[in-house]
Amino acid sequence: MKTVITSTGDKVNSLFDLRFGRAEWFCVYNDETGDINFINNDNKDAQGGAGTKTAEKMVELGVTKVISGDFGPKAKDLLDKFKIQMVILKDDSTIIEEIISKLK
Amino acid sequence: MPRQTRLRKVVAPPSFKGYKPYGNIKGDSSVIELNYEEYEAIKLADYDLMNHKEAAELMDVSRATFARIYESARRKIAKSFVEAKEIRTVFGNAKLDGEWYICGSCNARFTVPEEMHKQSCPVCRSAEVSLLGSSNR
Repeated sequence: MKTVITSTGDKVNSLFDLRFGRAEWFCVYNDETGDINFINNDNKDAQGGAGTKTAEKMVELGVTKVISGDFGPKAKDLLDKFKIQMVILKDDSTIIEEIISKLK
Repeated sequence: MPRQTRLRKVVAPPSFKGYKPYGNIKGDSSVIELNYEEYEAIKLADYDLMNHKEAAELMDVSRATFARIYESARRKIAKSFVEAKEIRTVFGNAKLDGEWYICGSCNARFTVPEEMHKQSCPVCRSAEVSLLGSSNR
């Protein structure tokens, strides 16, 4: 199962990003293999529809869980439709590594 | 492997976290955990005065299963009365109509997609989850 965590950087000690559509990076964590990849968010400077595009990307990546700070109504509808679990964390002082270690 | 427990539909979770006896000298600190579905069974049968068949349909389980849940709920309440024990409500095998859940131990909020049967926190795996009203997200 793949989990996406929104991140402000491309390293495991980067801070967690509270934004979903306009997050700097996405950390893709695979809990079966333990692989951790970072993907740049192409939509972070989009004029509009960043949330929708990002949600589509999540579907493309085949993730089952997304961890972020908040989800807009359009992104939420899309993720709901594709049965992707959304998790909201409000603490922006955590680093990616801490979240991953909790998921293990 | 035993068959997976069918989730029991609960219309509204209890509006309390638990009940505590007062004035007990024994000072027994152990807690009885009452599942949401057991609360719902008591509510449907003894508060809404439904018969077991109607109540079972509402909870999306068989009549016999409803009777078992109801019996277990009654026994737990009786036990807590007689032994002066605290009752605490826990999620159990409930399926709620709402959308967002909140974890009691790490405060993470999350959704549970239809095909997922796990009712535990996706971050810390605590079973202490409760429903968040869809309006006050």
